[in-house]
Amino acid sequence: MNSADLIQILFFAVALLLLCPLAGRYLQAMLAPDRSGALALPERIVYGTCGVDAGREQNWAEYARALLLVNAGGIALLFAILRFQHLLPLNPSGLPGLSWHLALNTAVSFTTNTNWQSYGGESTMSMFSQAFGLTVQNFLSPATGIAVVLALVRGLVRRETANVGNFYVDMTRSVLYVLLPLSLLFALLLVWQGVPQNLEAAVSASTLEGAQQTLVQGPVASQEAIKILGTNGGGYYNVNSAHPYENPTPLSNALQLLAMLSLGGGLVFLFGRMAGDKRQAWAVFAAMMIPLAIAVGCAYWAESQGNPFATPAGVDPALANMEGKEVRFGTVSSVLYAVFTTAASCGAVNAMHDSFTALGGLVPMVMIQLGEVIFGGVGSGLYGMLVFALLTVFIAGLMVGRTPEYLGKKIEAREMKLAVFAALIPMPLGILVIGAFAIALPAGVAGLANPGPHGLSEMLYAYTSATGNNGSAFAGLTANTEFHNSLLALAMLIGRFGPIVPILAIAGSLAAKKRIPPSAGTFPTHGAIFVALLIGVILIVGALTYFPTLALGPVAEHFSTLAGQQF
Amino acid sequence: MFNSLRQVGGFLLLMTLITGILYPALVTGAAQLLFKDAANGSLVMRDGKIVGSSLIGQSFHGEGYFHPRPSAAGKDGYDGAASSGSNLGVATKSLNDTIAERAAAARHDDQPVPADLAMASASGLDPHLSPAAAAYQIDRVAQARGLPRERVEALVQANTEGRQLGFLGQPRVNVLALNLALDDIARAEAKP
Repeated sequence: MNSADLIQILFFAVALLLLCPLAGRYLQAMLAPDRSGALALPERIVYGTCGVDAGREQNWAEYARALLLVNAGGIALLFAILRFQHLLPLNPSGLPGLSWHLALNTAVSFTTNTNWQSYGGESTMSMFSQAFGLTVQNFLSPATGIAVVLALVRGLVRRETANVGNFYVDMTRSVLYVLLPLSLLFALLLVWQGVPQNLEAAVSASTLEGAQQTLVQGPVASQEAIKILGTNGGGYYNVNSAHPYENPTPLSNALQLLAMLSLGGGLVFLFGRMAGDKRQAWAVFAAMMIPLAIAVGCAYWAESQGNPFATPAGVDPALANMEGKEVRFGTVSSVLYAVFTTAASCGAVNAMHDSFTALGGLVPMVMIQLGEVIFGGVGSGLYGMLVFALLTVFIAGLMVGRTPEYLGKKIEAREMKLAVFAALIPMPLGILVIGAFAIALPAGVAGLANPGPHGLSEMLYAYTSATGNNGSAFAGLTANTEFHNSLLALAMLIGRFGPIVPILAIAGSLAAKKRIPPSAGTFPTHGAIFVALLIGVILIVGALTYFPTLALGPVAEHFSTLAGQQF
Repeated sequence: MFNSLRQVGGFLLLMTLITGILYPALVTGAAQLLFKDAANGSLVMRDGKIVGSSLIGQSFHGEGYFHPRPSAAGKDGYDGAASSGSNLGVATKSLNDTIAERAAAARHDDQPVPADLAMASASGLDPHLSPAAAAYQIDRVAQARGLPRERVEALVQANTEGRQLGFLGQPRVNVLALNLALDDIARAEAKP
């Protein structure tokens, strides 16, 4: 590893260690229960207009019902906007309405915080659709994640109550006081670096050699900011953050990398503050940072090996594998982005994962398959991680024959059943079962761009990304067909609401329990042993479930590459 | 039932107003006020006409211009309305055949070809070359333009950006800026 690359990697490690606790402090101030004066006015207006009694809390079932209603309404609204964009204003290029299956896929995709895109933004979406359709869900989907994690943490720290919070209050505060101000600031920083923000659909340029070039523009920065901060990942342009208008400079790239993980990491420290025990937060944070560092190391090593077929053809191996990478980013920034975006369930990309080396492409895939809990999506990362924490104390409890406890709450049969349902069923169902249909049926295989084991990787990545609500792709797959759009939409719904409902049930069940003081036999959940066990559980669940498929895709591709075999 | 419908409908409508209309409008206003040039796409003007954007790569085929990276955007490459990478994998034969063809076409003096000249970018609109890829083309450009090699070399130097803030990203050369500088020399010499 050269020293310039090492410095960049170390910079991000230090920056995350400083930024995430700060974000936790900010989150606590903004989501705090009591606020008065002028700052309280915006949220009061929302409650007044919608007829929400902010003082009345909900039990878990009411909370879940409100969540599902808002999300179903969001899908319906976005579907209608996309289907009929040709009848709506701000469509100067006269783009047609989307097909039913693309509109459905996209509506589900943006509502579930996946932001899988079966289309190229610049050639498909009117400005109205981008701003008034997609951007709204870019705010509401991370807010939904924050709401669920707030309910779960309340369940852990409250005692003997049925209430887990008020869904509309949590949503409103997340949008108005967390996502909106941060996005405004971030969007302006991006414009400063060169991201366009205007209401021109496109500018025509005549190049030095006399050709015509269409420069597609519009309100890019405002969508870009919330795309990253909300771990949404849905780009304005087809190639996402590899496009020089979405990510023009190394600095804009660094800001995006940090923004991607800061809210997910900040929520961990908010959890520590709500639990009144910061050591709990540091333990969970360590269980995120360590796998992240290992993944960066592996992917960096793999991509630095370059393309073994290019060197004999007369290509200088110094820059390694530049296919699908931008010069301003090079190997190290591309690898960091690939790992962060899949760790974070963001799904934005600044390089084409499909053109990574076999093992370089394996790393992002594995990061998603670990359950999107290494930082993970805003909210969804932490609630997934806390479910793994429950599994860990349960396994530790089995070893010593004691009823497991977490934060003073006894974890009993009901919580364990729900945790197993949340952590172990939705992901494999979407990736392995639905993915198997896609790879087995001719209608599914038709869209592959690459032959051989890389073709399987392409398909596996698509269903992994959809179920993990990530949204990045091995983009060679032509997914804009009735077949893939429908199946991927189903996978996204399973991957999102499959865990959310049982997790809210866990929150309700834990909130009702007494809090028992720690005794000599309590397994401490803030030490190195707990961190190691937690990482072990995450790795074993991920590795055992998907290893056979990975062996047939990226691993087979790696070994055939070593043997000089092309497809 | 009616109450929960009012809550859902009101909430979605209000959030559409705030995040879908108010937020982009605020950002647009502030961006146009503070960073007018960047907010409008960092356009490059020449004789009152838009010749491109300093952020977006464009095609150059002439011997006297520095050539950009191979591009998979659109049919002929560098289509600003169809950004795309090749999305082909390292073990895919069609990709490696293309790389070998490009390397053979660019290769001179038995020097290995810099990877960014043989491999397509992620966006298909990469505005940059690595310093090595620019250096690799100096001889051809100098010869085609009838300029001394040192002069072209100095231009490449002048148009090379280092790592941002001293440590972020990679050193790079903006192809459009470099080719504009070459044209400037030609113009200055045409006027006695």
